[in-house]
Order: sequence, then C-alpha cells, then structure tokens
Amino acid sequence: MKINRHASVLGAVLAAGALVLSACGSDNNTAGGSTSGAGAPAPTGTAQVDCGGKKALTAEGSTAQKGAMEAFIAAYGQKCQGYQLAYNPTGSGNGVKNFTGGQVDFGGSDSALKKDKGEVDAAAKRCKGNPAWNLPLVFGPVAIVYNNKDAQELTLTGELAAKIFSGAITDWSDPAIAAANGGKALPAKKITVVFRADESGTTDNFQKYLSAAGKGAWTKDAGKKFNGGVGQGAQGSAGVADAVAAGDGAIAYAEWSYAQDKNLAMAKIDSGSGPVELNAQTAGVAIQSAKVKGTGNDLELDLKSLYSSNTPGAYPLVLATYEIVCSKGYDADTAKAVKAFLTVAATDAQGQLQEAGYVPLPNQFQSKLLTAIQAIS
Amino acid sequence: MSDRSSLRRPATTATSGGPRGGGVTDDEQFAEAPIPSPPSQSAAKHGRLGDRVFAGFATGAGVFMVVLIAAIGIFLLIQAIPPLADNKASFLFSRTWNADPADLNFGVLDLLLVTVFSSVFALVIAMPVSLGIALFLTQYAPRRAARPLAYLVDLLAAVPSIIYGLWGLEVLAPALSGFSVWLNENLGWIPIFADGNVSAQIGQTIFVAGIVLAVMLLPIITAVSREVFDRTPTPHLEGAIALGATKWEVIRTTVLPFGRPGYISASMLGLGRALGETIALLIILSTTTQFFGWSLFDGGDTIASKIARASAEFNDPKAAGAYVAAGLVLFALTFVVNAAARAIVAGHKEYE
Repeated sequence: MKINRHASVLGAVLAAGALVLSACGSDNNTAGGSTSGAGAPAPTGTAQVDCGGKKALTAEGSTAQKGAMEAFIAAYGQKCQGYQLAYNPTGSGNGVKNFTGGQVDFGGSDSALKKDKGEVDAAAKRCKGNPAWNLPLVFGPVAIVYNNKDAQELTLTGELAAKIFSGAITDWSDPAIAAANGGKALPAKKITVVFRADESGTTDNFQKYLSAAGKGAWTKDAGKKFNGGVGQGAQGSAGVADAVAAGDGAIAYAEWSYAQDKNLAMAKIDSGSGPVELNAQTAGVAIQSAKVKGTGNDLELDLKSLYSSNTPGAYPLVLATYEIVCSKGYDADTAKAVKAFLTVAATDAQGQLQEAGYVPLPNQFQSKLLTAIQAIS
Repeated sequence: MSDRSSLRRPATTATSGGPRGGGVTDDEQFAEAPIPSPPSQSAAKHGRLGDRVFAGFATGAGVFMVVLIAAIGIFLLIQAIPPLADNKASFLFSRTWNADPADLNFGVLDLLLVTVFSSVFALVIAMPVSLGIALFLTQYAPRRAARPLAYLVDLLAAVPSIIYGLWGLEVLAPALSGFSVWLNENLGWIPIFADGNVSAQIGQTIFVAGIVLAVMLLPIITAVSREVFDRTPTPHLEGAIALGATKWEVIRTTVLPFGRPGYISASMLGLGRALGETIALLIILSTTTQFFGWSLFDGGDTIASKIARASAEFNDPKAAGAYVAAGLVLFALTFVVNAAARAIVAGHKEYE
C-alpha cells in the first residue's frame, strides 16, 4: 500500500546489507561507519551482548516503529547468529493488549501504559506482580512539510502552527507568518491544510505538540483523529506526502522519512530560541532535554516538557515510541533474549536508524536505557 | 423475425458469464437453438441417480445463494439496530457522521451522495467507452485480432483495486492536476466543476476517483456487452447488409437494438461494482470536514471507503454497528440498482 514506506524499508535493508559487508572487515566498527550526519550524537558502536535464551522472540504494536524494528531485527540476527524476533505492526493498542495478555514478549506503543485505563495493573499481572517498564527506544521526528514555491525557507513557531492547523490563519500572506520569517510577507495564497484521514499516532503526537507549544492557540483535543476542523485528509503518510507534493500552498505534518522520500520542504521550528531545522542532531538535542516522568528504570517521558522546551538547537516535534517490557517476571530464557535484543537495538542498530527516518539515541539517553535494559531479569 | 427465445438469451448469458467470443457457428447455434427445458424436470421424470444428484446439487447451490443473501441482510440488521436506536441524528437525512459510542450522532446522507455521485460519474465515462470497445471487438476488429484484444480488456478486471488506487494517487492525480485546475477555472460556472471542498490541484478528488472507477468498470461492461453484440442473429446482419446498409447503419439498426437490454444490464452490473468499490477510493479520496457540494472537485468518503477507513477502530460494537448500518444502506442501494437493471431488461423484452 505504501510505496514510499517500502522504499524506506528497502533503504534500511540495503543499509543493513552494507553493514554486513563492512562488518566482514572489522568486527567492532559497525555503527560509526554508516552514520553520515556530521556532528550527530554518535551512538557508541557495539556493546558486549550476551546472546542466548529464547531463539525466536515475538513483539507486537506500534506501526510508527516498524522501520526501526526492521533495522533492529537485522542487527540482532547479525550479532546473535540464529536468533530472531518477529515484530507484528498492528498498532499500539494491540501491542499493549497482547503484551498484557502474555501473547508477545514485549509490546511497542506510541504512548506509555496508562494507569487510568488499567493498563499498568494488567501489565503488572502479566509480569507476575512486577511492574512493567516503558522504554522509549525509538524516536521518529515529525516534519511540518509545506509546498509554497514562494517560500524557500519557512520558520514556524508552535503558536503559528497551532493557528494554521486550526484554521485561524488561512493565507500565506498573513502578517503573523511574515513576523516569524524576518518580516518578509509572502504573496497571498490560500493555505491548504492536509491531515491524516486515518487514525494515527503521528496525528496524536502532533496535536499534543500543538497544545503544548501553541501558547493556547490550540483549543482542540488531542487524539488519533485530526481535530483541527480545516483542510483535507489523505490516507496514510504516503497520501499526505503526495498531497503536499502536488498542491501549491499545502501544509501538513508527516514522518521525517516521508518528507525525505518526497523531497518536501520542511519548516524550521522556532521555540523561542531561534529557528531550528530538523536533522538528527537537533532532534537528538530535544530528546536529551526531555524529562523522564517514570520512576527508576521506568523511562516514561514527560512529553509536555519535550514539546514545550525552548532549549536552543532543539527540534521538539519528535514522536517517542516505547518498548513495554517486564522489569521482572520473564522466564530466564526469555529475559536473556529480550535483554540481548534490546541491547543490540540500543547500540549496534543505532547507526542504521537515520536512513530509516529515525533519530539515533543521544549518548546520555542511551546509557539510561542500557542501565534499564541490564536491570531486566 | 424477432424470435423471442433468441432475444431473451443475452440477458441470461450476460449474467452467467458464459463462453466468450464464440465463433460464427457457435453464434448460429445459440441464436437458433430452442431453450432446453430445465434439468430438474427431466430428473423428476427419469429418476436416474446422476440426474437426481445433479439436480440436488444445483438446487442446493441455488438455495444456498438465497440463504447467504438473507443471512447477510439479517447480520447487517442485527448489528445495525442497537446503534440506530441510540442515534441522536436522523440516520437517513443527517449529513454529519460521529460514531463515537458515547455520543452517537451519525447520518448517512453525505456518504450516500458521494457514493452515488462518484459512481454515476464513473458510469457516464465508462458506458460510451465500453460500448465503443465492444462494438470494435465484435464488428470492426478482424476475428484474429479480436480475441487477444478481448483478453487484454478482461485483464483489466484482474488488476487488484489497490493497484488502481495507487495508480490514481501517484500517477493520475498529478497528471490531471493541470487539467482539473483548468476545468475549475474556466468551466467553474457549471456546478459540477465549481470549487470543491478540497484542492483540485492536489487531485484527491471525486473527479480523479471517478476516472479510476471508470477504468475499473470498463472490463465488466465491455465483457458483457461484447457477448451480447456477438450474438446478434446473423440473418439480421445479412438482411441489413443486403438492403444496402453501411457498417454504421448495420450497427444502428440491428446490433444496437438487439444488444441494448444486455448493454444496459451490463452497465448496471458495473454500477453495482462502482457503488461497492472500496480500497481504490479509500486511497484516492481526501476526507474533508465540509459537506459534499455536488462538485467533482469535492473530496469526501463513499459508504464503503468510510467503513474501510474506520475499520481499524472497530473495538466497540456500537461504533462498528453504526458503520454496519451504513453498509446496510449500500446493500439496499445495490439491490435497488440490480432490480432496476432487471426491470429495464424485462421492459425491453416486452415490446421488441
């Protein structure tokens, strides 16, 4: 269905292939070689991985981390010969449901377990009375993409984005847009807002961002359905990217990989400390600055602090997706394999993430994650 | 001259999808042969085992069909009644759709209008083109070329609709972008080319979706029409030629009158397909927050695409039931269309 997604997956596979080839020469130099982004927060290369335990792990959940999972699985199979993981991208809700139901070894979800929905308790029950941890392992930046041949560059503030996506600003010549772009007014042209017609975690996070960073300009609800009340919906990220590519005057939000595939112009975001463009480094800075809401090794993020941060050089519009694992309560075989897989994912596999449209983990954050992963038993 | 049995044939072969593009000798046999009496009668008379087994099998298959349709109808009804009972809006006349189980407020009118409008638009494009293809294949093309060409047209039907959808989104929509904008700017005073509720330039509109639908209808309408035109009794053709008719006159005076009921029936089959088409429209059409406004440059959702778009959130029986209720409307609509097709065919039989 999604040609572009396939293309990016193909890219990830090719990257994995390249890694296999280069790994023939030198065993301990995997990640550094394929990361091209200059100054990107370099994930430390390989780690000591204790392969073993269950041969075939299962996981299920978020579609947003599918591409990253494919990179992780490739790296895992290479690092731990003969071990594999099957990831079933059926959506966050199913991921949580089947994790708490004990159907899969861990779940992938766009949001942390929710206490008020009983998910925390259900997960604790599945983990034989031990708490489940939310490990934010995969970060996918969301780009605000636009198509306006008069605007080579565009800077938006959170407030401006909230106003555009809720229909308060309807024309590119609006003085508020000019004010954020050095006072230069764009020629008059209708803004066509394009949103995801299907339900999506990307929409959910984008609306959370608008409400956190919009300084009150976003009065609508968050949620997986777009609530802005303007514009037109396109099916899937591929449909959104196509619409923006075709329509002069269009603006939308889409995962980074789609924006890259279609060569769409991406708006810079000014959170109060100057315009910041989207790249692995700026997104990494934002992740680094995010506060952890969970306690101990539960690394649930405070998204509000991430989205409303005005850290200089940070691109705050990042979709965080979690792996939901048991802290304790796995049988020994499963625990060993889960630990090995997550360790590979957090270290060796990081080098291939950028090509698949994800942000490699910043160093400091990576060590937090590794501490948590090591504590699984 | 106008033998009743030969006239009735097109309708029956049309729906059963019998042998295609038969040779001349075949045609003559079909045109002249009397209708065989149904096998069930002879089974009762002779009572041989094979006859009885086959009669039982055929009857069983027929009954199974009826039971299946009834079961689908009943399933839809049972699922649809609870949400309909809780619905705050008028189901048939409201244009808003809110299937949130806590606040059921859904009406099918907008979906229905988009469904019918896009299907009729597709039919308006597909009918003349199919007629042309069918006439070309049966009357103009040399026999040797007609058969492979007919296969090619049939191949169109074998393309999965998701491929049509992707083609529409990735290829046709950008390609028609300029033309759409031109139509909108220059013929915008005609209501169907007026400003729609989505961008004509982006092209995720009923206009593009309808053209894709039309392409999907071509093989269906063509295949059946071709069958019918092919069965024009040779004496009719020869008579017309003997009277000095040109090719066009032959077609006008013999082929078209003979094939009209079958052609219309074929078009209605196509319409049924267009009404129910899901995934191609799901991919192409933009959803919108505004109501449908009778423009080809509107977006929106058809009943089928709306159901498909929401199918991921079917975790509440009431919300799902609201969509099933919409499905019920589509079911009824298709039923009406098919009944209309039958009525047209039957009407023609009366006075020809």
